[in-house]
Amino acid sequence: MSRPASPGLAAMSRRLTHRFSPSSALLLAVAAVVALPVLVVLAHIVMPTDGIWQHLASTVLPRYLRNTLVLTLAVGLGTLIIGTGTAWLVVMCRFPGRRLFEWALLLPLAVPTYVIAYAYTDFLQFAGPMQSWLRDLFGWSHGDYWFPNIRSLGGAATLITLVLYPYVYLLARAAFLEQSVCVLDVGRTLGRGPWRLFASVAVPLARPAIVGGVSLVLMETLNEFGAVQFFGVDTFTTGIYRTWFGMGEPVAAAQLAACLLLFVIVLVLLERASRGKRRYHHTTNRYQQLPEYRLRGWRAVGAWLACTLPVLIGFIVPSGILAQLAVQEGDALLGSRFMDFAGNSLLLASVAALVAVALAVVLSYGVRLNDTPLTRMATRIAAMGYAIPGSVVAVGILIPFAWLDSTLNAWTKTHYGIVIGLIFSGSAFILIYAYVVRFLAVSFNAVEASLGKVTPSMDAAARTLGQSPAGTLKRVHTPLMRGSLLAAGILVFVDVMKELPATIILRPFNFDTLAVRAHNLASDERLAEASTASLAIVAVGIIPVILLSLAMRRSRPGSGD
Amino acid sequence: MIKHARLALPLAVAMAGSALATGVAADELNLYSARHYDSDEALYQAFTEETGIEINLLEGDSDQLIERIQREGEASPADVMITVDAGRLWRAEQEGIFQSIESDVLAERLPDSMRHPEGKWFGFSQRARAIFYDPDTIDASQLTSYEDLADPAFEGQVCIRSSNNIYNQSLLASLIEHHGADEAEEWAQGVVDNMARDPEGGDTDQIKGVASGECGVAVANHYYYVRLLKSDDAADREAGESVEILFPNQDGRGTHVNVGGAGVVEGAPNKENAIRFLEFLASDEAQKLFASDNFEFPVVEGVAMDEVLESWGDFKKDEINVSVLGENNPEAIKIFDRVGWR
Repeated sequence: MSRPASPGLAAMSRRLTHRFSPSSALLLAVAAVVALPVLVVLAHIVMPTDGIWQHLASTVLPRYLRNTLVLTLAVGLGTLIIGTGTAWLVVMCRFPGRRLFEWALLLPLAVPTYVIAYAYTDFLQFAGPMQSWLRDLFGWSHGDYWFPNIRSLGGAATLITLVLYPYVYLLARAAFLEQSVCVLDVGRTLGRGPWRLFASVAVPLARPAIVGGVSLVLMETLNEFGAVQFFGVDTFTTGIYRTWFGMGEPVAAAQLAACLLLFVIVLVLLERASRGKRRYHHTTNRYQQLPEYRLRGWRAVGAWLACTLPVLIGFIVPSGILAQLAVQEGDALLGSRFMDFAGNSLLLASVAALVAVALAVVLSYGVRLNDTPLTRMATRIAAMGYAIPGSVVAVGILIPFAWLDSTLNAWTKTHYGIVIGLIFSGSAFILIYAYVVRFLAVSFNAVEASLGKVTPSMDAAARTLGQSPAGTLKRVHTPLMRGSLLAAGILVFVDVMKELPATIILRPFNFDTLAVRAHNLASDERLAEASTASLAIVAVGIIPVILLSLAMRRSRPGSGD
Repeated sequence: MIKHARLALPLAVAMAGSALATGVAADELNLYSARHYDSDEALYQAFTEETGIEINLLEGDSDQLIERIQREGEASPADVMITVDAGRLWRAEQEGIFQSIESDVLAERLPDSMRHPEGKWFGFSQRARAIFYDPDTIDASQLTSYEDLADPAFEGQVCIRSSNNIYNQSLLASLIEHHGADEAEEWAQGVVDNMARDPEGGDTDQIKGVASGECGVAVANHYYYVRLLKSDDAADREAGESVEILFPNQDGRGTHVNVGGAGVVEGAPNKENAIRFLEFLASDEAQKLFASDNFEFPVVEGVAMDEVLESWGDFKKDEINVSVLGENNPEAIKIFDRVGWR
């Protein structure tokens, strides 16, 4: 573990800092724009609500809390174990199929939680093929046997874990790939075996990346809506919807959302505090081929199984179920309209991914240059959108932009006598904006973790050699971080492909995406027909996942590509 | 990455511009719809062929569409909003989203109960909340009303979906109106005590629960049942055929029916087109596409129904004023919360 940089270096990096430089102004501007909807939601805290809180607290709130806590903990723990474990196996061990697993382990990422929920429910429910088959086989009838109910808290936690672990896997793997052999060698010289090397050297060093991945998972779980609603597991998020739309209490709903946010803020602060003064950049830049452990016999089988199961249950089986449904009774709209849906999904996801990664670089590099409490807090708040349910973000966005539009229209009407329409809130602009607000945390966590590993002496050297801060970013950091930037891009891309609530509320006319199509059919209980669009989301999502994952492998510094 | 950022901004602006281009041309109609059935495509095409008016479509959930129209305010491009639930029609009207429409065509074609007194919205299809049962284990003579679902005789038998669902909220809202809040709460408690399992899945799953023997009695909208009967999947058809449907409260107030309907949005930029569209929805051709293709009951007299619906014959419908369903909705949810109906 690297200790704080030597006093001389620290002083030097302080001297490189300009408190009110253009970069910090840029950072604050970007953060303010992205944080706007979050602040709009938070502003609801101070508004009065009559009696609705007493009702909630005395009836459903305890259940929301309990379910949310259990779900978050279970998913967090599950993804931590699966994601970190498999990442270590494919980076550091040699066993049959490793090359395949490197990218195959990412596949469940392309499966939205609501889609995996649809697929397994159809398959495992009492009236589904699995149980019907068992009953036929053994002559059982209702009540004769026990079968786990997939529509339960446990079912939701399992399925969500299986499609979210790739977040941890992706970031942990990037961190393991970027790790320096020297530290590992030191560990070995000091007599650490492979298990202890993993536990006491590699994982602690990769902590920012792993924590980044797990916190993405936690936030995604907290605002997960499709699967938990489908399973009838009441969480904070379903409660927010119910309070808002069912009871017609938007203020109380926004307050619930604000509670969720505070919960996340506390989590993040706790993690930061536990890190203390430790830093995670590597002090040496000697990279060479990572020393691999060759696994044989039962160890190889164990590793193979550990990597196969998540892919099998998280991707292959649900895709198979969907494919079968799609062939049997798929969507009648398959064809040209479908290409439109897919095209829209791809366009939105690509643009949003580019913007989100670019802004993440601006923010994290901005904090590196101007590490003040103000800039740190600004970036934290800007990345909070991820923890807020999509439809709440959407309304947080609609409020200011609809106001902007109507003001603009009033102005053009009085001055030019024309109504120009909803330039912001009625166009794809607002969707891209919403995605950036929602998913900036995804790219930011990845970029920040990666930037944190570049030692400040690199900056110092580059600046001494006459590079501007922007030049340093371009010529030094960006090449070093390429793998993580790609990872950040993939994650945002796939997240946007799957995003549902904000897309539904904010999209312009005649502009449907695959996710919207799948949701519309599924919400009408036409799961079989929804299978076609669901499958298409998965299919469109895996191509970039595989391509970028392959590119990422070549990006290990010093691997000589 | 910087290079990419330079690319992204003009792209976003270009997308904004292209989206802007739609929504201001002359002969068109901006439709916000909570319906998404396959027959809708054919419906909109038929309208365009008949009138030359192009339809710009935005589909979403009712509540979100209402929210969006409100936020868009005066600049909203919305002309017509379609919802699939009376409570939502009421809410939209309460929020001041609809404007009053006078149309002789609509007045003549639609029954009184399908028109808002001031013409703020119009109903175009009806859906019954029916009871389904297993004829082998359930004595149908003991089960004639929604009230019977709370009878201890059916302990451990009743399957009904989550109270998050608007159809259940509307059903309880109607019971609040007929019996008062206290009695409605007792009823809800009774149903919860009778449940065969914690509420899970959608309406179709409740019917399938009866077919598989997990429950004796289920509550669901009638068209989900017809869909099962007409499914491409043999197992679904078999499940549907093993279950019987009954329309509750025939000796009293009648079966609870919900309404799918539409209204013209306040400040609609294409008001004339909007009215033409509503009038079109009341035509025989549109009624067939709007109602029958989803196996709902058409509201215009004499429109051909699907043979399954035809075979059930006439049944008595609860003539409750549907705006009551919307008014009682928040109270219904609080009752659900209190009795632990998930």
